[in-house]
Amino acid sequence: MIILSKNDYKKMLDHAKKESPIEACGLLAGIVDGEKKFVKEVRLLTNIDRSPEHFSMDPKEQFEALKHFRENKFVLIGNFHSHPQSPARPSEEDKRLAFDSKLSYLILSLMEKENPVLKSFIIEDGNSYEEDILIED
Amino acid sequence: MNIKVNGNDQKIDREYTVRELLDVLNVKMKEYVTVQLNDEILSRDDFDKIIVKDGDTVEFLYYMGGGSR
Repeated sequence: MIILSKNDYKKMLDHAKKESPIEACGLLAGIVDGEKKFVKEVRLLTNIDRSPEHFSMDPKEQFEALKHFRENKFVLIGNFHSHPQSPARPSEEDKRLAFDSKLSYLILSLMEKENPVLKSFIIEDGNSYEEDILIED
Repeated sequence: MNIKVNGNDQKIDREYTVRELLDVLNVKMKEYVTVQLNDEILSRDDFDKIIVKDGDTVEFLYYMGGGSR
């Protein structure tokens, strides 16, 4: 289960709305305790593809974020990206490019403008499994 | 010889090219790996040319991307 603060959720949502119709992306880090993944920091990254249908994280920003997480004793929990015009489910490309089955892959759909949907998935061998997200104060 | 890999101290027996080092470290799917050597991101074309030396700091990560279709 992903445990995410309202503030961090808002940070992701604001970033996704600001970037729309381009896909937005970022990294989530924090503390893992058994099945619980406590997100302590959300880092917003640049989608260097600048595309409404595709994203690639800026590797320079990725390196900076990973070093920053390490310095703060956080582990990388996963990443997120937005689907401005499609549902919150991993595409075939999302599944093909998910290299680490230990990470959570979060997708924030803005398809319904007034009702954004955030879902998290574990992706292993091309199969995706949804995991619960708890958004708390 | 001592180097640092993704923040961890690592002992290796000799100098390697970046590509050889990725092999030694058993890094899978190297085609999707980006490498930073002493804070400089390397071109993949240089993986066979650049030698990792004693005291170097190596960081590597996997490409992260996808698409909505």
